[in-house]
Amino acid sequence: MTKDYSILIGGAAGQGSRKAGLTIAELFSQFGYKIFIYDDYQSLIRGGHSFSQIRASKSKVLSHRKKIDFLLALDETTIKKHQADLDKKGMIIYNSDELSLKKKNVVGVAMETIVKKAGGTPIMGNTALVAAFVKIIGIDWETLEKLLKKELKKFQELNLKIAKEAFSSTKNLVKIEKLDQKPLPLLTGNEAVALGAVKAGLIFYIAYPMTPATGILHYLAKHKKDFNVKVAQLENEVGVVNAALGAAYAGARTMVGTSGGGFALMTEGLSLAAQSETPLVVIESQRMSPGTGVATYNGQGDLLFVLAAGHGDILRFVIAPGDADEACFWAGKILNLSWKYQTPSILLIDKEVSESTFSFDTGILDEVKCEKSLLWDKKGKYLRYKKTRNGVSPLAFPGEKNVIVKANSYEHDEFGITVEDEKKVEEMQNKRLKKFEEMRKEADKLPAVNVYGKKSAKKAIIAWGSTKGPAKEAAEKIGIKMIQPVIVEPFPEKQMKNALKGVKKIALVETNGLGQMEKVLNCYGIKVDKKVLKYNARPFLPGEIEKKLRKF
Amino acid sequence: MELNTYAKNTWCPGCGNFGILIALKQAISSLVGRGIAKEKIVMVSGIGCSSKIIDYLNLNSFSSLHGRPIISAEGIKLGNPGLEVIVFAGDGGTYNEGISHLIHAAKRNSDITVLIHDNRSFALTTSQFTATSPKGFKGKSTPEGSIEEPLNPLKLMLASNATFIARGYSSKTEHLRDLIIEGVQHKGFSFIDILQPCVSFFNTYQLYNEKVYEEKNENLTSEKEALKKAGEWNYGKDNSKIPIGIFYEIQRPVYEKELLGNLIPAKRTKKVDFKKVLEELK
Repeated sequence: MTKDYSILIGGAAGQGSRKAGLTIAELFSQFGYKIFIYDDYQSLIRGGHSFSQIRASKSKVLSHRKKIDFLLALDETTIKKHQADLDKKGMIIYNSDELSLKKKNVVGVAMETIVKKAGGTPIMGNTALVAAFVKIIGIDWETLEKLLKKELKKFQELNLKIAKEAFSSTKNLVKIEKLDQKPLPLLTGNEAVALGAVKAGLIFYIAYPMTPATGILHYLAKHKKDFNVKVAQLENEVGVVNAALGAAYAGARTMVGTSGGGFALMTEGLSLAAQSETPLVVIESQRMSPGTGVATYNGQGDLLFVLAAGHGDILRFVIAPGDADEACFWAGKILNLSWKYQTPSILLIDKEVSESTFSFDTGILDEVKCEKSLLWDKKGKYLRYKKTRNGVSPLAFPGEKNVIVKANSYEHDEFGITVEDEKKVEEMQNKRLKKFEEMRKEADKLPAVNVYGKKSAKKAIIAWGSTKGPAKEAAEKIGIKMIQPVIVEPFPEKQMKNALKGVKKIALVETNGLGQMEKVLNCYGIKVDKKVLKYNARPFLPGEIEKKLRKF
Repeated sequence: MELNTYAKNTWCPGCGNFGILIALKQAISSLVGRGIAKEKIVMVSGIGCSSKIIDYLNLNSFSSLHGRPIISAEGIKLGNPGLEVIVFAGDGGTYNEGISHLIHAAKRNSDITVLIHDNRSFALTTSQFTATSPKGFKGKSTPEGSIEEPLNPLKLMLASNATFIARGYSSKTEHLRDLIIEGVQHKGFSFIDILQPCVSFFNTYQLYNEKVYEEKNENLTSEKEALKKAGEWNYGKDNSKIPIGIFYEIQRPVYEKELLGNLIPAKRTKKVDFKKVLEELK
């Protein structure tokens, strides 16, 4: 029986369930477990219901699961909402000051009493609950104390007092085994994106706050000095994208981040990037859409939008990583690609990748490099849009001596002067079309498609983005193949068809209502036999996919 | 100093833009003479007749989208604060499409110079009203006359905390030349609304020649005085005289300096210590 624990900690917003969940995850991580945390919170600041569902497993996990082994309830609502998912042998740890449970396998913790006695504030109840849980699962006090000392900056002494009291107030009931595996740091997908971009030479991050991308803005703003980057929050997304283009024109590697609605405002900028051949990297972290949608919840409904956004003939890079490791690598890669081809590009993630917490393989950072752009050789007169063999014109930046850099949103000649002449217009379009060909060739050479599960299976799941996690797990359980396109544009036709060799039946799994990836696959002659769609603003669980495809 | 490109000028004969072009060229010659390297100058334009100006001059340029040159210019300045960034935009792009960017650039005190070719209409799209058109303006979308009162951009700039507010007239080229020089040299956000007649759709030469007068303001740091001067004429059909000159000039911290410190992002050489970053992660 593989070691795989499912822990849910919940409460009202403001009770600190997220911080508590992270602390528990850190402890399991120190014990050698691989972690995944699903964070569920509503669009409010206080009240309501929020919870973290932690998966701690021997092997790498990219999804939480339905059945709960330990239900930690900071309030009664948590019990009411989640007790139906409790495993047969599952345990509830709850606030015995608020209520009394008469069932098997429950442990009450007098959270409020302990906090009041120590002279703390109500939110510190989460420390009491965590400490009690730690005792219950057989982790020693010293380990907990060390972690709390590291994690808690404010009111450390008070919290330690509460923790010690709660720890002593209960007894060990279960023994969590320590695994002989190196502990990995825990990062959210947003943090991983930030790291990857910084490694690839990011200098500037510009954004307007929008869930679930805001974490990138906060993380980079907090670590400005460590990462030697600058961060600016501007008046609206239209401003953000246009400022980013200005900064890139001046020679600074810049990135912007937003969600679907914010990206909608940026699309004119994407078109400007294509016409003026200015590098632009947009992190689009999807929420459930359309419109304002379900702001703090899950969806993959922006795929077709992102592929078609921006008026005109535009080929852009669209890359959809499925977890934190991939988010880190591809954030760095996409920044390099954008500067190599002087083109708009979108890293398409979603709430599940952005805001879930993953065990992070730091080795990934070694694979991310800051690749040099094609620079002018300083010979002759500088022409911003010089026609070249492969359509990519060498870069120079304003301020350099003897250089005039003219970037243009209008169609232009090689120097950058506006043109309407049919010959000149066609010439410049041809230059860009040639560049697109180079981009296609480049995408072909990259690891654009991942294959998991039983490689020789005749049935395959196609899944992308965060659905990779649960789909991979389900495929491995059922014994079929799982194919994940990571680069969606330019579409890796060769690699996809290679992965599909021998496959007779295809199931597409994604979290949107129209089966958007099906349209993309159809363009390349890949026919889907079954669609498994979920669109209730929640991510897939492996068990759900398993159930739907067991008889596929 | 040869500033012309090979691009053919397509402004209507008699266009007010020619006056602005003359003033600009003289200003640039003077500024280069005073020590600003030619290659450090970046022109940023929007869309419209006015914006064609960047095709005509052999200087770095970024032709932005309608309404966006101001925020593009801020981005350029943030990318390399050593550049001298000047925006050329119309009233339509700036007071209609891109008004939020105008206000925030002023609010932030971004160190750019904004020149508005204010012909008080959308001319290139063959005449529709804009925010500075007078009530009753007969354009193609308001053939019976616009029912909207105009906006006073000088008052808007005062309310937005702009640190340099001026108005010029395209026919008074020497006066305008000096305004541009002062504006570029001012450390902070410089705003110059330039009254520009449009011979094809809104010929205001006679009106401006009669009403415009040069005002040498004594107390440039008084908000009260500036508001009074700004309110003398409200871009409507009133019969008042129209003062031009610098109305307001103060100093306050510059956005790019505050945000970047001494860093020039485009020239950043210091590498990130990833070993340290990874240590902290663990």
